[in-house]
Amino acid sequence: MSVPFYVSPEQLTRDRADFARKGISRGKSVVVLQSSEGIILVADNPSKALHKVSEIYDRIAFAAVGKYNEFENLRVSGIRFSDMRGYSYDRSDVSARSLANAYAQTMGAAFTDALKPLEVEIVVTQLGQKISEDEIYRLTFDGSLADEHGFVAIGGQADEINQMLGQSWKSSLDFSGALKIAVEALTNQANADQEFDALNLEVAVLDRKKSGRTFRRLTVEQTDKLIKKS
Amino acid sequence: MSDLSYSSSFYEFLKLNQGGLPIKNNKMEQIVHGTTIVAVAFAGGVVMAGDRRATMGNYVAQNDIEKVFPADDFSAIGIAGSAGIAIELVKLFQVELEHYEKIEGMPLSVEGKANRLSVLLRGNLGLALEGLAALPLYAAYDPKRESGRVFSYDITGGRYEEHDYFAVGSGSLFARASLKKMFEPDQDSNFAIKIALESIYDAAEEDSATAGPDMARNIYPVVVKVDEKGFEKIEQSQLTATLNKILAGRKNRPDGPIARHS
Repeated sequence: MSVPFYVSPEQLTRDRADFARKGISRGKSVVVLQSSEGIILVADNPSKALHKVSEIYDRIAFAAVGKYNEFENLRVSGIRFSDMRGYSYDRSDVSARSLANAYAQTMGAAFTDALKPLEVEIVVTQLGQKISEDEIYRLTFDGSLADEHGFVAIGGQADEINQMLGQSWKSSLDFSGALKIAVEALTNQANADQEFDALNLEVAVLDRKKSGRTFRRLTVEQTDKLIKKS
Repeated sequence: MSDLSYSSSFYEFLKLNQGGLPIKNNKMEQIVHGTTIVAVAFAGGVVMAGDRRATMGNYVAQNDIEKVFPADDFSAIGIAGSAGIAIELVKLFQVELEHYEKIEGMPLSVEGKANRLSVLLRGNLGLALEGLAALPLYAAYDPKRESGRVFSYDITGGRYEEHDYFAVGSGSLFARASLKKMFEPDQDSNFAIKIALESIYDAAEEDSATAGPDMARNIYPVVVKVDEKGFEKIEQSQLTATLNKILAGRKNRPDGPIARHS
């Protein structure tokens, strides 16, 4: 009879965390910023088909980095969760907070129970009537949930980008100002001498001026125009 | 949360959880009914209008109910029949279209949307046979054809594309007869709005479950327009002039405009 190897829970957790971190750090980054005009989500993503930011509900958006199939599954679950809530109760009863909690449960369970942890990091954000009412939640691979203010970067170079944004972000920025500092932070990290190219960006906003569904994707032309405005 | 296999349909997902449109009621006489809904195509789009009356047996249950709604950014849905079921059907259809759009990242084709409405209706067939039927009229702007399209339905989910104009509800026969004499192809949206309002006026004269414009209370039919710019509800202030003209015309000739002879 063979005796299974003993692995301490500390070791097991550390191994799983290292595994997930390694997977995530290979990917490109996404930043989510508050601005006077609304919330802007900017991803360093050349693909026009595989989205990293997307609409969840009227005032809720989703951003993710890591393994595409894993966060796509989370995105679809989030849309279902929100649509089911809005249909059963009322559209005003759908909140980013409850969605973030559901995600935290799913990701936490996957971290301890599944064969391997999810190699993803996600942001769930909700647009308020005023900038002070905006909500940003950051969820990591182990189901940890953090409440962020102003801006947040996730992905490979998250720490460096967060540091840069910490110096340049102001609550008075409009969409174009916020996009500009987001692109500066993203490109400085990726490659200092790499020219900015709107083609490599995926940009979407939750627009404070709109009512109902506030999520709007920006085309390459719109992104280009917006960044040249500032 | 972690269901791996998924379709983009909210309705299929809902059926797994709740089993479709969740309504049961045996007291038929207490069910609220309507209606006259008309849709009229114009060059580059379609107009839909609906009266504001809901009846319960012989009584008027509500005189300002709305029976025409946006289905998504480029289409409108109007409903006749049991109000509770009809409004639930609209709500479900709206979520169905939005759900697909969010998951797939692009809207359904016009045919796809019209077909999904068929499926939802078929799900209500059992109740419809017991007398709790709701029948929609669906109007959409088709960007591929750059024109408006109109679809009518039966209780089994049968889907029929209509041309130029159509009406549903208890006053629909009268509205359709009216539209038949007034419709002209390739007119603008103002013309479509005018004949839609005329046809509801005609239906209200013949059908007790349909109301005409209530000028004393400022309760006008709901009128919406769908074209390349999307769904737009016509403001009441915009309708006032048209309605005043119609009423002035009816003072001269109560039966409305005379169809031209060639």
